[in-house]
Amino acid sequence: MTDYVRVENLQVSFPTEDGLVHAVDGVSFSVDRGKTLAIVGESGSGKSVTSQALMGLVNKRNAQVEGQAWVGDSELISASDDELRKLRGSSMSMIFQDPFASLHPFYRIGKQLVEAVRVHRSISKDDARTEVLRMLEKVGIPNPERRIDDYPHQLSGGMRQRVMIAMALINGPSLLIADEPTTALDVTVQAQIMELLNELQEQYNTAIILITHDLGVVADVADEVAVMYAGRLVERGSLRDIFYSPQMPYTVGLLSSVPRLDAISDRLTPIAGQPPSLINLPRGCVFEPRCGASQWLGDDRCATVRPELLSITPSHAVRCHLDQEQRRRFAEESLAAVVGPSGGAA
Amino acid sequence: MSGYVVRRLLTGILILVLLSMFVFLLFSWLPADPAALTCGKACTPQIIEANRVRLGLDLPLWQQYFEFVKGIFFGRTYGSGTATFECHAPCLGYSFRRGEEVTPLILKALPVTIYLAVGAFIIWICAGVLLGIYAALRRGQWQDRVTLGAALVGYSFPSFFIGLLLLFFVVIKWQLLPYPDYVPPTEDPVQFLQTMILPWITLALLFAAFYIRLTRNQMLDTLGEDYIRTARSKGMTESQVIRKHALRAGLTPIVTAAGLDLAGLLGGAIVTETIFTLPGLGRLALQSVLDSDLPVITACVLVAGFFIVIANLIVDLLYAVIDPRVRLS
Repeated sequence: MTDYVRVENLQVSFPTEDGLVHAVDGVSFSVDRGKTLAIVGESGSGKSVTSQALMGLVNKRNAQVEGQAWVGDSELISASDDELRKLRGSSMSMIFQDPFASLHPFYRIGKQLVEAVRVHRSISKDDARTEVLRMLEKVGIPNPERRIDDYPHQLSGGMRQRVMIAMALINGPSLLIADEPTTALDVTVQAQIMELLNELQEQYNTAIILITHDLGVVADVADEVAVMYAGRLVERGSLRDIFYSPQMPYTVGLLSSVPRLDAISDRLTPIAGQPPSLINLPRGCVFEPRCGASQWLGDDRCATVRPELLSITPSHAVRCHLDQEQRRRFAEESLAAVVGPSGGAA
Repeated sequence: MSGYVVRRLLTGILILVLLSMFVFLLFSWLPADPAALTCGKACTPQIIEANRVRLGLDLPLWQQYFEFVKGIFFGRTYGSGTATFECHAPCLGYSFRRGEEVTPLILKALPVTIYLAVGAFIIWICAGVLLGIYAALRRGQWQDRVTLGAALVGYSFPSFFIGLLLLFFVVIKWQLLPYPDYVPPTEDPVQFLQTMILPWITLALLFAAFYIRLTRNQMLDTLGEDYIRTARSKGMTESQVIRKHALRAGLTPIVTAAGLDLAGLLGGAIVTETIFTLPGLGRLALQSVLDSDLPVITACVLVAGFFIVIANLIVDLLYAVIDPRVRLS
C-alpha cells in the first residue's frame, strides 16, 4: 500500500478489574492525501478510541496500544511521547464533537490559536496573530479582526467549530481526524461545516478520517468507508461499495435504519438488540446475536468461529461467514423492506 | 461591572442589618434580664432599675436597636444628668460585666485573630494546593495514595486533639518552644513567632487536609475536560498543558472555598485560641457567652458576619476577574 496514512492491525486494550477489554481489535485501513475515509459505527464500537490512539491521546499507563500506523514516514505506535507530541498539531490534528467544551473557556480564541502556531513554530506573536487572522477568514469567520479577541462563549456553535477547524489546520497538517464534527451542531450549520472541510481539504490536500454515525454525512463527503462494530472492522470499501452493495448484515442494518424521504414505510427499521459488552464478546462473529442471517448457513459457524476480514474485490473487504449470494439476498430483502421493490438498495 | 459591585455591596449591607436585628431579637427572647446581669451579688432592685434606665434597656426593643445602630455610626451617650458617659463612634455597646466599652475590646482581640487566621491560611493554602496538584498528577500511583492517606489522617483528628498533642510534646516534653504567651509582633517578634507557630500548624493541618482533597479533585476534573484534550492535540507539552490550561481552570473553585474559610476564621478560632491562650476574638466570644455578656456577644457576631459578607464580595469579584463567562453574564 502506498497511501499516505496507513494503519495496520491496530489494537487498543484496557486492563480492567473484569479482564482485558479490547476496545480496538486488529483494525487496518489506509487513506491518501486529499481523500476522506469515514469510520462508521455505533457508540462504543471503538471508532473514537481508534482515532485517539493514532493521535497518541490514549493514556499509555491505562492502555496497551499495538500494531502499526504510519503518517507519511512517521510510525506512530512505536513513537516516543515527545515524537508524537511534535507530530500532533503539525502533521496530524483533530477536531472534536463538542466545539464549546473543546475550547478553553478562560482564554480569547486568538490566544488559543496563536498558541497552536507557536507550539510548533518559533515566530513572533504578532506574526502568529497575522496568520491566525488569515486562517479565521479562511474558515469563514466574518470580521476576524473583531472576533479574534472574543471568548468562546461569545461565539455560536458553528463559529466555534470553525475556530476549532482553523486551529486544527493552521499548521497545514497532512492528516485531519474529525471526530463527529457536526453532531453537536444545528442541521443547517452541519452542512456548512462539512462544505468548509471539503473546501479546505482541496486547498491543503489533507487526508481526512471522519468519524461519524451519520450516514447522510458519509454519503456526501467520504471516498471510502470503514464500518466498525465491537472494536472490529466488519466491512471496508469505497463509498459505492458500501452504499450500493453492502455485504455485512450489520452494514445493511445501518443503512436500513437511516430515515428516508422516499421510504414507503413510515417506520424506521432499527437493528434489534444491543451491541455486546467488550468484556464478554460472543465466541463467534461479534454480530451473530443480532444478525438476522445467522441461521442461513445451516451450521453453527456464525456462533462459534470468528470470521476473517476477506477481500471480495480489490477495494471491498468484509468480515462475514455467509457466501456472496446469501449476503446479496440478505441486503436485498432488508433494504427492500424500507425502500420498496423499485427503489433498489441505494 | 460597577453596577454589579454596587448591587453586591447593598446586598452585603442588607445582610448585616438583618443579622444584627436577628441577634437583637434573639437576646430579647432570652430568659435572662440583661439589667440584672449588670451588677454583682450585692444587688438591689433599685440598682437594677437604675442600670436599666442608664443602659436604655427600659426602651422598646426597636428603639434599643435604633440606639445601637446610631452608636455604631455617630456614637451614643449612656445615662442622663450627671451620671453620663460618652461612647464614641463606632460604639458597639457597653459591657457592664467588664465595665468597659465593647469597641476597644474587639479592637484589641482582632489583630490576634487576624495574625492567627492569616498565618494558618498561608500554610494551609501552600501545603494543601501544592500537595493536591501533586496527588492529581500522580493519580493512582503510590505518591497519590500516601498524600490522600495523610490527608485522611489530618482530617480525622479534631483540632483540640492536635493542639493539645503539639502543646504536650513540643512545649512540655521536648521543650523546643517556650509556653505560649502572646505578645504583639511589634513588641517582640521572636516570642510572637514562638507563640504562633503551633496554633498556625494546628489550624492549618485540618484545612490543609481538606484542601488537598479539594484541589486534587478539581484538578482531576479539569484534566478530564475536552479543552485539555484540545491542548494536548495541539502538541503542547504536558507541563505546558498543566501550567497554562489546567491550573487556572482547576484552581478557580479553590478561590471561593479559600476566601470563605479565611473569613470564617477571622470571626475567631475558638478552640485553637483557647488551647494556646491567645487573646483573640474566639476567646473573647467564648468568655462572653460564659458570662452572658450580651453586648460583647452581639459585637462578636457582627464582626464575624462582617468578614463573611466582605469575603463573599471579594470572592465574587475575583471570580469575575478569573472567569470571563461570569464577567459578561
